[in-house]
Amino acid sequence: MRGLRSMGFGVAIALLLTGGFGTPFWPNLVQSVCIAMLCWFTIDVGRLQLAKWSHRNDPPGTPEAARHWPGWPLMLIAIVVGTVVGFSLGNEVANLILGRNFEGYFRGNWRQMLALLLGSLVPGTVITYWFYSRETIAGKQAAVETAQRQAAEHQLKLLESQLEPHMLFNTLANLRVLIGVDPKRAQVMLDQLIAFMRATLSGSRAAQHPLRAEFARIGDFLALMQIRMGDRLQTRFDLPEALADQPVPPLLLQPLVENCIKHGLEPAVAGGRIDMSAMRDGGTLVLTVRDTGAGLPAPSAEGTRFGLVQVRERLAALYGDRASLTLSDAHDVEGGTLATIRLPFTEVTEVIAP
Amino acid sequence: MNATALIAEDELLLAANLQAELAQLWPALQVVANVGHGAAAVEGALALEPDVVFLDIRMPGMTGLEAAQALTEDWPEGVPLPLIVFVTAYDQYALQAFERAAIDYVLKPVQTERLAQTCVRLQAALRARFESAPVASPAVMNASLESTLTQLRQLLAAPGLAATTSIAPQVLNVIQASVGAAIHMVAVREVLYFEAADKYVRVVTAEREYLIRTSLRELLPQLDAKCFWQIHRGTVVRADAIANAVREESGKVHITLRGRTDKLIASRLYAHLFKAM
Repeated sequence: MRGLRSMGFGVAIALLLTGGFGTPFWPNLVQSVCIAMLCWFTIDVGRLQLAKWSHRNDPPGTPEAARHWPGWPLMLIAIVVGTVVGFSLGNEVANLILGRNFEGYFRGNWRQMLALLLGSLVPGTVITYWFYSRETIAGKQAAVETAQRQAAEHQLKLLESQLEPHMLFNTLANLRVLIGVDPKRAQVMLDQLIAFMRATLSGSRAAQHPLRAEFARIGDFLALMQIRMGDRLQTRFDLPEALADQPVPPLLLQPLVENCIKHGLEPAVAGGRIDMSAMRDGGTLVLTVRDTGAGLPAPSAEGTRFGLVQVRERLAALYGDRASLTLSDAHDVEGGTLATIRLPFTEVTEVIAP
Repeated sequence: MNATALIAEDELLLAANLQAELAQLWPALQVVANVGHGAAAVEGALALEPDVVFLDIRMPGMTGLEAAQALTEDWPEGVPLPLIVFVTAYDQYALQAFERAAIDYVLKPVQTERLAQTCVRLQAALRARFESAPVASPAVMNASLESTLTQLRQLLAAPGLAATTSIAPQVLNVIQASVGAAIHMVAVREVLYFEAADKYVRVVTAEREYLIRTSLRELLPQLDAKCFWQIHRGTVVRADAIANAVREESGKVHITLRGRTDKLIASRLYAHLFKAM
């Protein structure tokens, strides 16, 4: 495809030469096409090799490595070298075909050589730039499509993980029992389940909700878990009023809290406590979720768990490099695991509707 | 015939409810213990020797499946093994595994009608056991034990049920064991056997042994199952390090390693691995 386009450029140059210098068209065409094709070939081979070399340390399969683009500085070298080699070879081939003796770079004096070199570099650079922009646009389109597809898959997974069947059926089992023995409490539990499910379903659509709502929904979730786990689950929330209106992605903290229960408290026979807090650190909003449970297992397990990957992806999509999630051992006597989210603090001017 | 039962369920409300439902459906059944985690279930069952054990699958510390395994391995000879009923909330892997192993299970939320069926089945099994051998005969007991073992083996081999990780684990080649300030790199192919020791695993090679801070449960999926055989819930041995295996009357197998004095024991659950070609 690129070869055909380069040939097209060769034809165009031949037409220009014919028009500009009044020389015969057919020899011009043969010569231009030969030179264009060989320049294209040498530049492209150079480009691929340099790209391979410059991405030698990137893991395979990354979009950067797949683009075969070595960057402009290396590319300019490839163009100069490729043009000199391609021009010389193309010229020789054309001379053989036409049986004439057009002088290449190395036959005339240095002035001629320089003029010829500069003249032939211009089309090479223009063509490369043209190819490059086309690729960039195509690459961006592909990236947008991939991002959209990933977002859709992500939402589905998010929904599935938040309404985990095991959690749902265990909650229903408890509800069924409570209806018989304590209808009042059963009603409260049902209300909490409804609020949590509503947040889950609308949360996968709405972009943001206030931190106050986030704490309330996680509170519902933990209250449901508390009915199941009894004394084995204690909770402590610390949300300063000044931060209550900070916008956050809905149920961002839920996978972290669920990890606390699943990996921290459920394996511990005595259970433990989950602390959730928010604070401001200059231009950063810091959210922490910690448990006093079993602690981190093997260090390799970090980042492989779906919950963490999910939180990181959401943060990256919304805030790019300005947000982060770290997981560490909680460094105090109570032990357990500490998850910390840092995201940009928003100067709240108007309160978002919960 | 006054049957006894033990209930192991970590959620208090559900445990109380199961007991209340059982009282309605099977008034003669005496619930002798109600425990909240797997280890307590094993301990309680070994001490009280109930006829029936209801085991929740997901429990803190030790799962219901692990508790069942421990029970069959540590159960005293001459006493019939309890009938095991698993109780579980929705879990697609579990359901398939239970169906395939034809093992009795009750789904949460427990439906009264379904629990009634289970009670009828349990009563029939206990009656058959009692009538065929008023004084427990070893032959009958062995037959019922064997069928339980077969069911458990199938459950333990079921994907997603026994293994806690859903991510395909990588095969481990080197074990990094800390000895003082140094980290020793131990080639897995040189390990003779792994043995669970509380929260650690003992890694025994021909030269020396190491302690690593991991559980056998986490380690097991990372070992090549063809080379390393689990022979007990706490022991995994490299098959080509075994010199011979001798089966004793109770069904346990004594294992001798090549050029070693260590004796290992394969439990009844894994005894079927050792048979002549």
